[in-house]
Amino acid sequence: MAHHQTIVADEQYVYRTETRNKLFILLGVGVALFILGLILAMSGGGDHHGAEHGGGHAETVNTSKLVAGLQDGQQHDTETSSEEDQHEVPAGHHETTYWVKRLFTTLWMNNVFFAGLGIIGLFFIAIQYAAQAGWSAGVLRVPMAMANWIPIAGVLMLVLWFITGHDIFHWTHDYLYKEGATFDPIINKKAPFFFWPGSPGGFPIFYIFRMVLFFGMWYWFFIMIRRNMLAEDLDPSTSYWYKNRVVSTVFLIFFGVSSSIAAWDWVMSIDTHWFSTMFGWYVFASWWVTGLAMITLIVAYLKSAGYLKVVNENHLHDLGKFCFAFSIFWTYIWFGQFLLIYYANIPEESVYFIERITTSPYGWIFYTSLILNFVLPFLLLMTRDAKRQVSMLKVVCPIIIVGHWFDFYNMVTPGVMQLQGGLGFLEIGLSLVFLAVFLLVVLSSLAKHPLVGKNHPMLQESLHHHI
Amino acid sequence: MEANKNYIVGVFEDEDVLLDAVTTVRNSGVKIHEVYSPFPVHGLETALGYKRSRLPIAAFFFGLTGTTLALTMQIWMLGFDWPMIIGGKNFVSLPPFIPVTFELTVLLAALGMVATFMIVSDMKPYKWPQQFDVRSTDDKHVMAIDLATNSGKTTDDLSSLLKKVGASEVNLKSFE
Repeated sequence: MAHHQTIVADEQYVYRTETRNKLFILLGVGVALFILGLILAMSGGGDHHGAEHGGGHAETVNTSKLVAGLQDGQQHDTETSSEEDQHEVPAGHHETTYWVKRLFTTLWMNNVFFAGLGIIGLFFIAIQYAAQAGWSAGVLRVPMAMANWIPIAGVLMLVLWFITGHDIFHWTHDYLYKEGATFDPIINKKAPFFFWPGSPGGFPIFYIFRMVLFFGMWYWFFIMIRRNMLAEDLDPSTSYWYKNRVVSTVFLIFFGVSSSIAAWDWVMSIDTHWFSTMFGWYVFASWWVTGLAMITLIVAYLKSAGYLKVVNENHLHDLGKFCFAFSIFWTYIWFGQFLLIYYANIPEESVYFIERITTSPYGWIFYTSLILNFVLPFLLLMTRDAKRQVSMLKVVCPIIIVGHWFDFYNMVTPGVMQLQGGLGFLEIGLSLVFLAVFLLVVLSSLAKHPLVGKNHPMLQESLHHHI
Repeated sequence: MEANKNYIVGVFEDEDVLLDAVTTVRNSGVKIHEVYSPFPVHGLETALGYKRSRLPIAAFFFGLTGTTLALTMQIWMLGFDWPMIIGGKNFVSLPPFIPVTFELTVLLAALGMVATFMIVSDMKPYKWPQQFDVRSTDDKHVMAIDLATNSGKTTDDLSSLLKKVGASEVNLKSFE
């Protein structure tokens, strides 16, 4: 048991054709479901989507209310329990068709969700460097591969904003800022946050600037960190590790601010009147635990495919603890937000939860997400053995990922779709498409570089990691 | 009173030597009474063949007791014994009960775990631990072998075994 340097052999992930074919099948299934859902949504308008819930989930749906909401027509203003859209929309204002709106919503929601997975890849690496963590040295290449999604998510976000932004973000409507019946004093006060230095109702310069800045900076930090990580493979020097510590620390400071603002911009501003001071943390917590679950899941699959010899059950235990702890952290943040709004019971705040609890399909999603994101991870990952077993992690991590997809669904959809929100083949199909493309990108980037940074100064510590 | 308990005590300088020694000694059929070290030695409990502690299981049930106690208390107090309208909520409404429930769960789990640990480890007031060698609280690792549980071996056998596996000194220790 004397201390000695263990020589770590080069390890390379081989992105095999079978794996790629499986992902293409997933992509194909996603596309098929998506097209089917699109046709159903187009042909049936809103009327059919009750049948699309599938799997018996629809039982909890407050059907009568839903139907009532739909029968009152597509005006979508009068029947909402939301404060939003209660102004008279000017005559002749273009109203997007139901299925387009639904498509836009799910596109935006999925992109925000998967953007989080990429960003968390970078955030995970940065935390490990800033904390000088040793245990994680062997798994860092997995989050590094995930962070390759950042530029794709950024471009998609920008493109999607120009296509879908007007339908998703109520504040983009210029009539809100014009004197008259449609003037909205609350949104008008928030106008500089979106439009500065331009005029309210025009092009949201500040908003788009932030979006470009955040993705640009995140990608830049990622390139810096990745360059150091890869340079270390060729040159066994500790200098790259020290450089990455500095870059990571600066990134974490930037991320602390940018992740919160990103959450306000991309998610909270959908419900423009409403705000919560917890929201930045809430979105971050959801992203973070989903990212951790994705990292753990990929590590678990690599491990069972015979890769990652430097990773043993002690490292899985740590990843499992991360998933367990941050599931509880998410619940804490979620409950911190909920309890205050519930107790204060100020109408303009509580409307957010009333929409999400009492109307369909948000009601059952609201409770399902609590079960998937708190109860199941809490009970299933509680014991030591559970966290150390690949098989258990492969069960719990998908639960967490799906649970937080539901969480994001409920953050985004009610604000846009109001009573017409649907959860059917359209949403499921598009999520599978996103998932398949995300995994295609991640696994192909994983195959491009060595799977383990063999010169990482903490790798020896990681090999001796024992908990 | 009981008869004297006699132990043979090996003193080790290095934790890696100690770990190998523990394995060798156990493999040669000798039962080790206990090993004392000034700092946690990774892998020692595995080498000694200790079973996993059941303390977490106890903690879970203490926690569950806390959850039950907190919910019962609040539901009974605010719902039945002295119903009060707070913030226009129902008498029995779950969300405001959660913080207290959480706190009591954690409190009972923590206190219960400490109490269980103390009882199981026989740590009680005015009970002084048997010290085989005071240097185990400073810079030496100490392995104690109970002569009574190793009746097949002589003191000399054990002594030379300990020397062989790397003990820097071997002493005899008796407790009344």
